[in-house]
Order: sequence, then structure tokens, then C-alpha cells
Amino acid sequence: MNLSAINVPSRMPDLSTGSRIDEVGINERVARFQSRSIKTASKVEALRLVLSMIDLTTLEGQDTAGKVGQLCQKAIHLHDAIPGLPHVAAVCVYPTMVGVARQALEGHDIKVASVATAFPSGMASLAVKLDDTKVAVEQGANEIDMVISRGAFLQGEYGRVFDEIATVKDACGDAHLKVILETGELGTLDRVQGASMLAMHAGADFIKTSTGKIQPAATMQVTLVMLQAIKDFYYKTGRMVGMKPAGGISKAKLAIHYLVMLRETLGNAWMTPEWFRFGASSLANDVLMQLMKQATGVYQSADYFSKD
Amino acid sequence: MAIAAERVPVAKTYKIYIDGKFPRTESGRYFTLNDKKGAVIANICRSSRKDFRNSVVAARDAQLAWAQASAYLRGQILYRIAEMLEGRREQFVSELQLQGTTQNAAQKEVDASIDRLIYYAGWADKYQQVFSAVNPVSSSHFNFSVLEPTGVVAILAPDDSSLLGLISNVAPTIVGGNTCVALASERRPLCAVSFAEVLHASDVPAGVVNILTGYREELTEHFASHMDVNAIIYCDGSKKVAKTIELLAAENIKRVVARTRKDWNVETAQDPYLIRDTQEVKTTWHPVGS
Amino acid sequence: MAIPENKLAFEGGWQYSPAPESIDHINLKTKYDLYIGGEFVAPESGRYFDTVNPATEECIAKVADANEADVDKAVKAARKAYNGAWSKMKAAERGKYIFRIARIMQERAREFAAIESLDGGKPIRESRDIDIPLAAAHFFYYAGWADKLEYAFPGRKVKPLGVAGQVIPWNFPLLMASWKIAPALACGNTVVLKPAETTPLTAMKLAEAIADAGLPPGVVNIVTGAGQTGAAIVTHPGVQKVAFTGSTKVGRIIQKALAGTNKKYTLELGGKAANIVFADAAIDQAVEGIVNGIFFNQGHVCCAGSRLLVQESVADEVVQKLKDRMDTLIVGDPLDKNTDIGAINSPMQLEKIESYLEIGQQEGGVMHQSSCALPDKGYWCRPTIFTGVSQSNRVVQEEIFGPVLAIQTFRTLDEAVSKANNTPYGLSGGIWTDKGAKIFKMTQKIRAGVIWANTFNKFDPTSPFGGYKESGFGREGGLHGLDAYLNLEA
Repeated sequence: MNLSAINVPSRMPDLSTGSRIDEVGINERVARFQSRSIKTASKVEALRLVLSMIDLTTLEGQDTAGKVGQLCQKAIHLHDAIPGLPHVAAVCVYPTMVGVARQALEGHDIKVASVATAFPSGMASLAVKLDDTKVAVEQGANEIDMVISRGAFLQGEYGRVFDEIATVKDACGDAHLKVILETGELGTLDRVQGASMLAMHAGADFIKTSTGKIQPAATMQVTLVMLQAIKDFYYKTGRMVGMKPAGGISKAKLAIHYLVMLRETLGNAWMTPEWFRFGASSLANDVLMQLMKQATGVYQSADYFSKD
Repeated sequence: MAIAAERVPVAKTYKIYIDGKFPRTESGRYFTLNDKKGAVIANICRSSRKDFRNSVVAARDAQLAWAQASAYLRGQILYRIAEMLEGRREQFVSELQLQGTTQNAAQKEVDASIDRLIYYAGWADKYQQVFSAVNPVSSSHFNFSVLEPTGVVAILAPDDSSLLGLISNVAPTIVGGNTCVALASERRPLCAVSFAEVLHASDVPAGVVNILTGYREELTEHFASHMDVNAIIYCDGSKKVAKTIELLAAENIKRVVARTRKDWNVETAQDPYLIRDTQEVKTTWHPVGS
Repeated sequence: MAIPENKLAFEGGWQYSPAPESIDHINLKTKYDLYIGGEFVAPESGRYFDTVNPATEECIAKVADANEADVDKAVKAARKAYNGAWSKMKAAERGKYIFRIARIMQERAREFAAIESLDGGKPIRESRDIDIPLAAAHFFYYAGWADKLEYAFPGRKVKPLGVAGQVIPWNFPLLMASWKIAPALACGNTVVLKPAETTPLTAMKLAEAIADAGLPPGVVNIVTGAGQTGAAIVTHPGVQKVAFTGSTKVGRIIQKALAGTNKKYTLELGGKAANIVFADAAIDQAVEGIVNGIFFNQGHVCCAGSRLLVQESVADEVVQKLKDRMDTLIVGDPLDKNTDIGAINSPMQLEKIESYLEIGQQEGGVMHQSSCALPDKGYWCRPTIFTGVSQSNRVVQEEIFGPVLAIQTFRTLDEAVSKANNTPYGLSGGIWTDKGAKIFKMTQKIRAGVIWANTFNKFDPTSPFGGYKESGFGREGGLHGLDAYLNLEA
């Protein structure tokens, strides 16, 4: 596709030279993060931080008001047996469930994030995607998780992908926009870097790895590439962008590896729920089990932690 | 006969080994292995073409990952097989004796089998250095040739040898990154099955080695004609068998390797060319410039 | 790229709590004798010296000081074993003994790693994940060659040389011992080896492993001591082959001492490698490669990428990212699993490094160090870079052997090649570019024995290692590493 034929605004980054990511180098850096040993006080601190960064998620065709209500209950009462726990950052649902979630979370400082733009495939007209977004925003979503058009991206129609993101950003109003790249469909780390740059230049507040509906979902490798893109964007423009790995992170130990990676790539400014989220469902209980283990010294059983 | 007070031993059932599991033949057929006096030692699975088919599927599934494992890891695994076999010497010595070998010869065969595994373990991360080449082409290109495993190899193990012959053909095949389906000796099948148990205890991934027992005559055509097998190794000296195999193999241009020696218990029965027999050569060019 | 005022904040915030490697499971004696003829024997001199933990400055154990009489005993034991069991043994059986050593090293890996870090100061993460696994792998690799030597040298009937006298340095104690002993044994030689005086302990543990492996007595002898012990080994008339890894300065002395003798010898000496980053490199991975190149093992690496040559158009970006990365490196207790940079091996080495920091600044270089905390006791140096230096600076020319990187820019490929080769050394080099053709062109032009493209400090028992020019001669590792230990005369 000849880029010069597309009429794109000047903020669009030049993806024609392609980025250079060495996969082996990325794997080695990731292995280094995984060899960090996080113990005792730093482990407890990390576990609590992980909890505060979770977007508790239910995105099933079979979701109902009842299901979403129960999820919100869990968000509010993660594990009352441990006092003083941080609350999760947000609950993430489909647009038609946003109203239910808002009502259930009334009076609590937990955000409602909604997927939109024909999640998860994104295979719909722009009009449909905008409509989808508007429904979520009108229902009161604080955050919108959109999907990019992967097919268009792989065809090289970067201008179109850029425009879509920018338009959805406009439709978000005050809501924050997370842009899901669906890294599992992009194929190479180079493309992940390119898509990240595109999304950030188009106005993304957050860039997110996956819908969680296909394999592979989030990996440390794609996350590292995205974090490095955020760093490059920050150095270039001074604007911070948040990051959210989603899907496939169900163990506290893995989540802590992600925090190590975040800490050593972007530093302290990003180590808050304002700039980093985990898209997860069962992660919360594993974190709670680890917190109990740290407090009591005894290995835990899943039977003692509510599953909502 | 034994008195009631004596302990009743538990007889072993000899199964086949496919995809890391020990099923019986899907055909349900068997043949008996008898001792010199005619007493039944065991009921041996008479494997069918479907067992062979299933084995090839398993071998194909396992081949890519096995080839991509580092040479070091493959060497470690072969060494582990040797460790496990050493630990079970007595079982194999007694099985060889059951099948008619003298105790002395049995000890020698087991020793040689273990040492042969170690021999090939040692080649895992070296044959590439001996058989590859950087080729000094006259254009401005970096040009290198490396060996790559051919893929799935069918092996008709020597009929005379219960253990050493099988190992002498399986080890060089898999150390080079191939996976295989081996047909055990028909006359002396016991050690092959027990060897499968050793493989199973040695971190060999499922599907890398599959071992069948059965009638050679009815299985040969399937071993030779399967379109998803890349190479066939046969150890039978008969010209008739050789011709049959070669004709059938031609259908998918299978590589045919004849190893018809009688005695596997000599030093010349092991060398790295047996590894090379089931390797392809891949040559790559890349410009040298700025 | 513009560097904004508010940089990334790496100080403070979430810190990693201490994660100490437990050492209550290791077996360490308070005193070690010499391992000669299959036994631990007291030194003729009756003298012992202390080996010190460079992180705490405390004595860990006393180690025997071998004199000429001890060395003579060891060489005689090696000769006896050579004439006796070892040269008569079938090659395959010899190989099996070497496999046993490898296995025992794997089984005792954790203990070896802990002792290596205690004795030498390197981070436990490196001992555990790199040194010890590589050392065991070296024995595995060479064990397999023992009965296959005729395939390595077409047209020649090879023979061992006899007794090998080997002297190794303190930067990779167990790994260097493996690099020396494994090929020597595989080729049928017997060995007298001296570990460095500041890091003798893993060699003594290796002696225990060799004894447990049941090797015939005298096949491997390990004698501890300092420079004079090493000189005694190297010059002993009963030694047919000498192998030395250490500084170019001592290598020169050895070469002179061996002039006119019939001894075969190989030398693996110093280096001042250029790590070259082109504008079309994968920059973030190149930065990681720079870090691995100079800060791995505190920079105590002969093949360290101690000179960075970065293409001018990306220099600012690379240096900024390098500084960011340096801010995340943890200098501290070698036994802490999170330590990236451990203790400097000895007070002498620390003094040498610090003198170069002085020299560099006096020469007009701009010095930058990370601002991490340092423990009170022990020998430490923060990761350091010098910018504003050129080929004429001493810190660019001379081997510092510490976590100190000298950074220069270049403009063209030819300039990079010229700068890279403009040194008496020639051990290694690094090239960072996404362009394949450029990699092969650079590897053709750089005069060094090991060239890493888009990676650095990678070692493998199958891969030959050794230098050009004053970095020494001879190769260790791979098929080529057999050469040094065999008589190849037709």
C-alpha cells in the first residue's frame, strides 16, 4: 500500500522504515526479569500493588446482570478476612453491562471499563464501532477498551487504523481510551512496536496487548516491546501513556515478574494503577492466596477464597 | 510344582510403545514367544498397519520440537538412557537368556548396548562440526552448509539381535533430531519392549521413539510405503526384501538405508556416518557487503 | 531524539528486599591441602594462605601454598598416571570418567555456585545460571570426544602430549578449570592445574568431585599457590604442554620462559574489545548487549566489550538508554539473588580500577556512574562510563578489567573497523546492526578471534574461543579446542 496516497494528519508516525526488534535479545531480557527474586516485604508490597492494578474482567457471551453483579461484589469484597486490602482498579465488561456495573459499584472508588468497537474481532464498519463506543460512554463507562483493525494493519493501511483510533478517542469524551493491539494476531514484535507507536500518536491513553479471546494473549515479550515503545514516545513527546497486559496472567508470581519488568523499564512513575493495569480474572485469588501465605507462613487452598 | 507357601510371581505383559504410552495392538492379535522347551514365555503383540499409522502420526508430531531441542539436550537425554539401562542390566541379561543367549554373551551385549548409547550421546553436539562446511564461493557471499534431520524414519531392526541391533539403529537416528518407528526383532522381541520402558524413564519426549512388535513380513510393506515417512532403514540381507522395500519407497522418494551387517557387537558397528545417513544438507547464501 | 527534563525515575519507589542464597547446605572445609596423586596432601612448605570473601573481607578458608617440591610431586604423579592407567585405558572408558565428572558437577551445582560467589565475588545469579552450567557442559562436550578424535583430524593419527601444566585466572574459576581440564583429559593427557590464589575453592571442590568420580590417582592434580607456584609448573621439565589464561603481561613472561624448550603452549590473554553499534541496530537490544558486554561479571572478563563505538546519529539515544539501564543495576552482596554486579575480586584489582577512573578524568574524559548504594565492607565499584574520550586516551587503550566502559562515536563502517582494529589486542568484538550483509562484512574485517553479532558474551562448549595478536593464540572449545592437547605430527 503506497502510504503517500493516503491523506493522513501530520501526527501519524512514519512506519515505512519498520522498527527493529531482536527477538532473541527480547527473550534474554525477559529471562533476566524472571530471575529476580522478590521476597518478604518487597513481595507483599508487590502483591498489594498487583491487586490495585487489576481490571477484574468478565467478557462472555453468556454474561448476565446477575453475573456482572456478582463480579462487582467480588471487586468490592476481595477477601474480607484480610483487612486493609487495596481494591481493584476497575471492572471490565461489555457495553450492555456497563449500567449494571455502575449501579453495583455505586459509592466505591472502582472504575468501570467497557470493551467497545465490535470487540473482540473489530470486524465491523466504523459506524457500528462508534455506536458501540457511544453506548458504553452513555451508560457511564470511565474507560473504553477498543480493538484496532488488525486486518487493515496487516494490509499496511496504517492511515485507516490511525483514523479509527483518533475517531474513537473523540467519541470517548472524558473516558480514557485503551487501545487493544491484539498482539497475538500481529505476528512479529516489529509489528507490535509499530502498532504501539501508531496507537499512541493517535491519542491512546493506554495501550493494551490482547482481547484475551485468542492465543497467545499477553506475554512478557510483547509487553516489553510495548513498554519500550512507551518509553520512546515519552522521550519524544513528554506524554505518558499507560500499559495493560491482558489474558494469560493468572499467577501472582508471573504478575510480579511483570512488575519487575515495568519497574526496570519505565521506572517509578508508571508503578500505579493510573498507568498500569492487569486484565485478569483469576489472578486476584492467586494474589490473595500468596498474601495469606506471606502473612501466615502456610500454603493455602483455593477453597478458602471466593470465586465470583 | 510350587508349594502353596511359595510366592507366586507376577508375569509381565509385553505391550507396544506409541506416543509415550504403552497400548496393546489395536488389532488385538498376538503371537507367542516360546522357550526351547516350547513353554510360553509371553504373548507378544502382533502389531497392525494401524498401529504403524498411529506411530507415524506420533513421530511426526514430535519431530519438530525434537529437532529444535539443543544438541546438548539431545546428548543429555541419550546419556540418561544409558544411565537407565545400566541400572536395569539384570532385567535385560535375563531376558536375553530367556531368548536363548548365553549369560556371558548376554552380559557382553548389554555392556555394548550401554556403551553404544554413550558413544552416540557424545556425537550429539559434534557431528555438525565434522560434517558441515563453510563454502568458499567465488561471489561475495557467505555460504554455509549444515546438516538437518530428514524427519520421520522407519526402522526394521535386525531380527537376530534383541537389544544391541535395535539400539545401534535407533540411537544414531534420534541423536540427529529425527523421530522413528522401529519394528523389533520378530524372533527375539522382549528386549525391545523393555527398552521402551527405559526410554520412557529417560526424559525422551513422547513420540520420538515408537516401538512395535509383530510379524515382519506383514508389516514391511507399510513401513516402506507410508507417504509421511522420510527414510527407511532396514537390516535384512535378503535381496527380495531389499527390492520390495526400494520399490515401495520410491513412491515418495524415501531415503533407503540398508544396514545388513550380521554382527553389531564390534567397534566398526558404530560411527558418525550412521548419523549422517538420516540427515539432509542445507546450504544457505547471504551477501557480504554494507 | 530530545531528552526531556523529567527523566524516568529509577531511584526510590518499590525496592527488592534482600533475597540471600542460603549457604547452610554447602560443605566447606576450613583448610584445604594439595590434591596430588589422588589424595589431599599437606604442602612441603607447611605454609597456607587465606582465601578471602571480597564482599565481607573475611577469611573463608586456608589453602595450601605449593612450592617447587610440591609441584615436582604433582608432575611426577601426573606422569606416573599417564604412563600407567591413563594412556593404556580404552578411549571410550576415559570418556566415561569425564562424563562422571560432568554428572557430579550437575548434582552439586548449587553448592558449586554458592562457593564460587563466596570466594570470588561474582553474583550468585551468574554463578548459578552461567558459570556452573557451562562448566559442567564443558565436561560433557569433551567427554564425548575421547573416543572420536580421528574424526576431528582427517589424515592424522593423533596422540596425546603427556602432562599438561595449566594456570588459570580468578574471573571464572570453575569454568576456567573446566576449559582446561576437560579437553586435556579427553585427548588422553594428565593434568597439573593451579587455580588463581584469590579463588582456589571451587577448584578444590572439583578435586573432590574428581576423586568421587573414581578417576585413577594422578590423572588430575590440583595445586594451589600464587605466581611462583605457577612459574614452577610452567617451567617444569616434566610438563609437555602449558596452557595459560591471564594477563598479556604474564603471558609474555611465560612465552619468554618457554622459548627454546620443546613445550607446546597456548595463551589466552587480555583484550579491549570494541562493541560497535550501528544506527540500524535494534537499539534497545543493543543497549542490553552493551550492558552484558561490560558489566557482566563486574567487567572482569578478558573479552569484555570495554569500548563502545556508536554511530554518531544514534549516540545520544544509546547513551541515554544506557544510563537508564545502569540505574536499574544492583551492586551488592554477591550472594543476593538480585545482585547484578558483585564485588571486585580483590583490593589490588579495585585499586587498579580506581586508578583508571582517576586517569580517565585527568585525561579529560567525562565520567558517569550510576548512583546506587554500596555496602560498607568489601570491594566495590559502581558501573561507570566515560564519554568524550578517543583512541588516544589510556582508558580507551588499556585493559581496566572492571565495570568501566569507554564510549566513542564513529561515522562510517570503515571508520568503525579502523578503530576496532587499532589496538594490540584482538580477542573479541561486537556488532549491532539489523543488516545481515553488514554483519558478514564486519566479521570479515575485524581482527579478533570471537565476534558476536547482535549478542555479546555468549559462550558454549562447542564454540571455539581465543584471540588474535596480543590476546594470545590457541583456541578453547569446539573441535578446534582439541588441537592444543594433541600431537598432530604426521
